[in-house]
Amino acid sequence: MDVSGLLAQVLNGLQYGLLLFLISSGLTLVFGVMGVINLAHGSLFMIGAYAAFAITRLTGALWLALPAAVAGGLLFGALLERVLFRRFYRREHLDQVLLTFALILLFEEARSALLGNDFHSVPAPAVLDFSVPVTAAFSYSAYRLAVLAVCLLVAVLMFLGIERTRLGSAVRAAAEKPEMVELLGLDARRIHMVVFAVGTALAMLAGALAAPLQSVYPNMGDGFLIVSFVVVVVGGVGSVAGAFWGALLIGLVDTLGKAYVPGAAGLAVYVLMAAVLLWRPGGLFARGA
Amino acid sequence: MNPAALEAVGLTRRFGGLTAVSDVSLRLSVGELHAVIGPNGAGKSTLVNLLSGELRPSAGSVRLGGADATGWPPWRLAQGGVGRSFQRTNVLRGMTVFENARLAAQSRAFGLSRWLRAAAAEAGPIAGARAALARVGLSEAEGAVAGTLSHGQLRLLEIAMALATAPTVLLLDEPLAGMGPEEGERLAALLKALSRDHALLLIEHDMDVVFAVADTLTVMVDGQVLERGPPDRIRASAAVREAYLGHEV
Amino acid sequence: MIVASRAGHAALALAALAVALMPLWASGYHVQLASTALVAAMFALSLQLLVGAAGMVSLGHAAFFGIGAYAVHLLPAGLSILFTLPASALLAAAAALPVGALSLRTRGFFFLMTTLAFGQMLFFLFHDTPLGGGKDGVFVSRPALEAFGFAFEVPRRSRPTVLLLLNLGVLAAMYAGLAALMGTLFGHALRGIRENEDRMRALGYDTRRVKLAAFVLAGALAGVAGHMSAMTEAFVNPELLGWHRSAEGLLMILLGGLGALHGPILGAAAFVGLGEAATLLTERRRLVEGLVILAVVLVLPRGLAGLRLGLLRRREPAPVAAAAAEP
Repeated sequence: MDVSGLLAQVLNGLQYGLLLFLISSGLTLVFGVMGVINLAHGSLFMIGAYAAFAITRLTGALWLALPAAVAGGLLFGALLERVLFRRFYRREHLDQVLLTFALILLFEEARSALLGNDFHSVPAPAVLDFSVPVTAAFSYSAYRLAVLAVCLLVAVLMFLGIERTRLGSAVRAAAEKPEMVELLGLDARRIHMVVFAVGTALAMLAGALAAPLQSVYPNMGDGFLIVSFVVVVVGGVGSVAGAFWGALLIGLVDTLGKAYVPGAAGLAVYVLMAAVLLWRPGGLFARGA
Repeated sequence: MNPAALEAVGLTRRFGGLTAVSDVSLRLSVGELHAVIGPNGAGKSTLVNLLSGELRPSAGSVRLGGADATGWPPWRLAQGGVGRSFQRTNVLRGMTVFENARLAAQSRAFGLSRWLRAAAAEAGPIAGARAALARVGLSEAEGAVAGTLSHGQLRLLEIAMALATAPTVLLLDEPLAGMGPEEGERLAALLKALSRDHALLLIEHDMDVVFAVADTLTVMVDGQVLERGPPDRIRASAAVREAYLGHEV
Repeated sequence: MIVASRAGHAALALAALAVALMPLWASGYHVQLASTALVAAMFALSLQLLVGAAGMVSLGHAAFFGIGAYAVHLLPAGLSILFTLPASALLAAAAALPVGALSLRTRGFFFLMTTLAFGQMLFFLFHDTPLGGGKDGVFVSRPALEAFGFAFEVPRRSRPTVLLLLNLGVLAAMYAGLAALMGTLFGHALRGIRENEDRMRALGYDTRRVKLAAFVLAGALAGVAGHMSAMTEAFVNPELLGWHRSAEGLLMILLGGLGALHGPILGAAAFVGLGEAATLLTERRRLVEGLVILAVVLVLPRGLAGLRLGLLRRREPAPVAAAAAEP
C-alpha cells in the first residue's frame, strides 16, 4: 500500500463525506424539527446535479450553477414546504413516505421530460481543470480540492448560523424539543420554512458540486439518499454535529472499503451501521444515549 | 413480617446532574399497603419507574421474591408478578375495556408454546379479565371503547389491567388523581381490600386517603427517604411537618 | 386490524370465484395481468402483517420478496414446487431474521431508515455481485408441478390458467392463515403493540420478540410471494428487491385501507389496474402514479390514511359487538 494512494483515497473519502454531510444535515434537521421523513431529498440532489448540467451546457460556466443551485434550492424548498410539506408534519410516517415517494416519481418524470434519460458528463470548470501537487510524488485534482473547500465553508457557515444566530438557536431548540418552539413563542411556521428551504438548497448545492465528479444520470439521488440515511442512523437524528461526523466516517469507510476490500464492495457502510445499531442504537453522537 | 415480595436496596437514579432518587431502600410484602408520600418532584414516580423496570437504576438493586432483578426490562418484571398503573392514564384507547383487560390477562398465558392458541378458546384470560373488571366495578362498561370512557373510569381501567395480570406486587401511581370524592372513597376501600392479598405500593397526594388505608408510610423529599413508619408516627413527625412547609399532615 | 365480517368474506369468496373463472371470460392477456395482481396482493398482504397489524412501517420488505424470487433461480432447475416454495420462504425468513433483529432495536423513523438501508444492501448484493446473475436479471425455469410422484405436465396453452389458479390458491391460503393468526394470542399481542407498545411491555409482553416474530413471518410470506412472482414471470431481476417496490407495497396498503386484513388485496388490484390504465393513457406511467399517490395522501380523509385506529374505530362498531359476543 503506497502512501500517495492512501492519501488520495483519504481525500476522496473526506470529499465524499462532506458531500454526504450537505445532504444528510438537511435530512436530519427536517426530521428533527418537523418530524418529516423526506425520501425525495435524494431527488433534490439529482435536481441540483441536472441543473448544473443544464447551466453548464447553456452558459459553459459551472460556477454559475452553484449560486443558482443555492438560490433555486431556497425558493424551491420554501415553495415545497408551503404547498405540500406543511400539511404533513402531524401525519403518520406512512403518509409522509408515500407523499415523498410520489414526489420522487414526479421529479424523475419531469427530469425525463425536460432533459431525457441519458447519462451526461459535466466538465469541471477550466480554471480548476488541473492537478495540485500535494507531495513530491502525488498531486490531486484541483476541482476536488475546491469541492472540499466549498463544503467545509458551508459546514462552518452552518455551525456559525446554528450556534451564533437567534434563528439558529431556535432551530436547535426545535430539533431537541419540538414543543419548545411554541413555549418560547417562536414563529414555528417561519422556522419550518427556513429549515426546509436551507435543507433543499444544501441538497441541490451538493448535486451541483458532485455533477463534474460523476456523470449525471436518472435516479442518481437514490444511492445518496440511502447512504444519507445510514449517516443519520450512525450520527443520531436531529443533530448537525452528528450528521457531520457521521458523514465523514461513512465517507471514509465507504471510499477506503471500496479501494482496499474490493470484494466487500459497498457492504462496509452497512456493516458499520449494524455495529452502531448493536452498540448505540440511538446513534454514535446522540446526546445522553 | 412476611418476606419481601419486592425490595429496593439503595436505589439511586441520576438524570444528568440531577439525582431524582437517592439511596432509597424499601420492602414491599404481601398483606401490607405501603404508601409513599412527598411533595411534587420528590422522586416518587421515578421510584415506581425504577421498581417496574421502566427506568434502570444508576446504582442500587431491585430484588424480586429474594432474587436479583436489577436492570430487568418491564415485561420481565411484569412476568415475575409486578403489576403497575400509570400516573397519566395509559391504556389501549382504540380497544374496548374488555379487550384491554383481556390483553393484560393474556400476558401471563403468553408462553412461546402458546402464541398460536386461539384467543377465543383461552378461558383463563377471559375469566381473569372479567374478574378484574368486576373487582374495580367496570363490568357494565366492558363493551365500550376505552377512548370514550370518563376520566374516573379510565383510572379504574388502569387498575383493572394491572390486576388482570395476576400480580403479587401492585405499584399504583396516583390512582385517585382527578377522581371525585365518592369515586375516590370507593377506590380507597378497594385498595385496602387489595392489599390483603397483594404487596401494594401506593403513591397518593390525598392525605386523608393515605392515612386511612396505609399500613406503612415512606416520606420522600428531594429523592431521599425522610421518614418511615406507621401512620401515627408519621403524623407526629416534626421533620415531615417541616418538609411539607406548613401543609397540614 | 379488522378481519372481514361474514358478509365481507362472502364478497371476497365471490371475487375469488370470478377470478378463478377468468380464463372462461377474459383474454389471455388479462388472465396474466390477474396473476400479476395476485402476486402483488400476496406481497402487500405480507407487508400488512407489519404495517396494519403491528404498526411497523418497513421500507425494506421488498428485499425478502426478491430473495424469495431469486431462490427459484439459485435452486437447481426442475425441482418440485413442494420443495421450492418452502425453500423460498425459509431463505427469505433467514434474511429477515438478522435484518429484523437489528432494525427492531429502533422505532419509528429510525426503523424505517434501517429497514430501507438493509433492504438496499441486499439489493446491491444482487445488483453488483455475480451472485444472482447480474443487474439485468435472468430467466429462470419454473419449478415443476409435481407431488408425491405425480407430475403435472402443463401444456403451453393452458399455462396462464394454471398459474392463475395456483396464485389464487396461494393467496387464499395466505389470507386464511393470517385471518386465523389475528385471532391467536400472538395476533392479539400484535394489535396491542400497534395501539400502545409501552403499555404492552408494562403488561408483561416481550414486545421486541413479538415484533421480531412478525417481521420474520412477514419476510417468509414475502418470500412466498417472490417465489410465485418468479414462477409466474419466469424472470427475476434485482429491481424485485428495490425499495421502490416496498413503497409500492405501502401504497397498495394505503389504497386498500389500513384497518382491514383484506385491504391490501383490494389495494393491489387497484394498483395493478391503475398501472394498466396509466399505460393505456400515456407513456409517462410515473406521472400518473405520482399524481394518484398525491391525490390519495392529500384528499383521502385523515382517518383512513393514517395509523390512527382511534378515528377508524369510531366509524366501525364491529369490535364492540365482537367483544360482547364472545363467551
